[in-house]
Amino acid sequence: MSTRPPYNTADARPVSPILEPGHTYASVTDKISAIVLTRPTSLGWVAGFALTFTLVMVLTVSVAWLVAKGVGIWGINIPVGWGFAIVNFVWWIGIGHAGTLISAILFLLNQQWRTSINRFAEAMTLFAVACAGLFPLIHTGRPWMAYYMFPYPSTMYLWPQFRSPLIWDVFAVSTYGTVSLLFWGVGLIPDLATLRDRAVTKPKQIIYGMLAMGWRGSARHWHRYQSAYLLLAGLATPLVLSVHTVVSFDFSIAIVPGWHTTIFPPYFVAGAIYSGFAMVLTIAIPLRKAYDLEDFITMRHLENMAKVMLATGLIVAYGYYFEWFMSVYSGNKFDLYLTKMRFHGPYSHFYYALILCNILTPQLLWFRKVRTNIPALFIMSLIINTGMWLERFVIVVISLTRDFMPSAWGRYSATFWDYATFVGTLGLFTMLLFLFVRVLPAISIAEMRELVRHTSGEHE
Amino acid sequence: MDHRSHTYGVVAEFETAEQLIQAAERTRLAGYHAFEAYAPFPVEGLAEAMALKRNAVPLITLIGGLLGGLGGFFFQYWVSVIAYPLNIGGRPYNSWPAFIPVTFELTVLGASLSAVFGMLALNGLPRPHHPLFNVDRFAKHATSDRFFLCIESSDPKFSLSDSLRFLKSLNAVNVSEVEDD
Repeated sequence: MSTRPPYNTADARPVSPILEPGHTYASVTDKISAIVLTRPTSLGWVAGFALTFTLVMVLTVSVAWLVAKGVGIWGINIPVGWGFAIVNFVWWIGIGHAGTLISAILFLLNQQWRTSINRFAEAMTLFAVACAGLFPLIHTGRPWMAYYMFPYPSTMYLWPQFRSPLIWDVFAVSTYGTVSLLFWGVGLIPDLATLRDRAVTKPKQIIYGMLAMGWRGSARHWHRYQSAYLLLAGLATPLVLSVHTVVSFDFSIAIVPGWHTTIFPPYFVAGAIYSGFAMVLTIAIPLRKAYDLEDFITMRHLENMAKVMLATGLIVAYGYYFEWFMSVYSGNKFDLYLTKMRFHGPYSHFYYALILCNILTPQLLWFRKVRTNIPALFIMSLIINTGMWLERFVIVVISLTRDFMPSAWGRYSATFWDYATFVGTLGLFTMLLFLFVRVLPAISIAEMRELVRHTSGEHE
Repeated sequence: MDHRSHTYGVVAEFETAEQLIQAAERTRLAGYHAFEAYAPFPVEGLAEAMALKRNAVPLITLIGGLLGGLGGFFFQYWVSVIAYPLNIGGRPYNSWPAFIPVTFELTVLGASLSAVFGMLALNGLPRPHHPLFNVDRFAKHATSDRFFLCIESSDPKFSLSDSLRFLKSLNAVNVSEVEDD
């Protein structure tokens, strides 16, 4: 077919396929829907679910204790009012970005390899946004008052301050959550219909039947469906870029040294995609192993994701370099002092660890041996996720502890409850993923059938 | 003639997407109007074979986006200038550049909601039951691996025996009548 890539010639190294040959419409349907409908629950799933559920209990206790005692149980103080809550917020929302990038931007660019990873990447986005949204909510200290941030006609005639980036954030994150849910939900409709038609027990038929809304695959329906899906992809693309841009405005609109820079929006977005792809790999590698999905999530996918990480990692490195360069070049003594504190201050070990995790280690991805070595990729993805968390810690804490006046300097260290809340959201995220793979198709079945049609044409 | 009251139409089953495209084209050329093709995934070329017109989803999305954006901007204007003016360091009440992020987000939100709900409304979904689900083969295979074409009894050219015979001539693997209920 004409879509055969030009580099796939005899003398170039063979490219692994995006779908192993030999699959039919029925075989992809069977294989993916069986994970949800017929496969017995494995011991590994139960153990994983139990562990993550325990962590969710840790989260529940932490939040309950927070509500009872107030934010004083955390390590935050004056001047470091943001601490773990905002570090975790930015980290989680960044992770979500890869899901939208895979589902929307790669769709618009007609990258067929997105097909088998977009569904669970979108689910990852939703769960990451849920974890992210929790942090600003509980960081307010009075989460039951959080609705004050939304414009609603109150009896006090109060309205939000629309000139504040924190209000922009409320709109950006809630729009992002809603649009991600819509995108995911629309993609799921045909697959839910498949599950409805293949389910054998009455409760499953009823539940999937209601969720599928009577989808029957009519050509007129598909016609409108494709328009809506394409439009959503087109809308989600600028949206995802805007979300981390607005998150970076939370910092860069302020005058705090180290925050007040114009490089923030692009470098935040690149960092978000970087950490998001790392998280997709962290999930994809065990998932394809546990559910025998190696035919669908092939080496090609893993290698492509590794390449995206390498590219975005270099953009992030460029961002770090420019942070340093601008502070030196500006001659602004506060900025200069902040840069000095990054290298030699009380938190310098975090900064060096960040450079090691985010810039030095990922250079190994230049080697094809590393990109196609699954354990190495898995470890790399964990290292990058750690690095991106450290980046947010460095940004939040070093700047806040070294403000303009020495009298306003301070120290920050997280408490037990900070760690418990963070670990709790890791549990929540993973628990939701465990539930997701058991109740919904982790790979888009309808899109895989399309891929079968395209690739079988190629083989003939 | 009494068939028409409780017959929804006749349906044919095909094994490949290419057969469905051909069948749809031939059905259209045979003069049928009220017919519909069913596929387990969006089949490229099917819309052309059925001569489907452009759909209204993009227009609805545009309107939703415009309403979201304009509504969002003027709402912020109204709040900041009329309802609750706050003097922050002497900045103008209508500090429009600061209103752009929220305006943008609400544009995207309005457009996305209209795209999804507009698509569902135009498709007549949710609709839990449909006469075609009475056909066993359809209910089992339409959303997994087979392709179907249904000529509806509302078509003026429809006649149970003729339409069945016509569908058989399209190389269908299976042809049956669809009961209406």
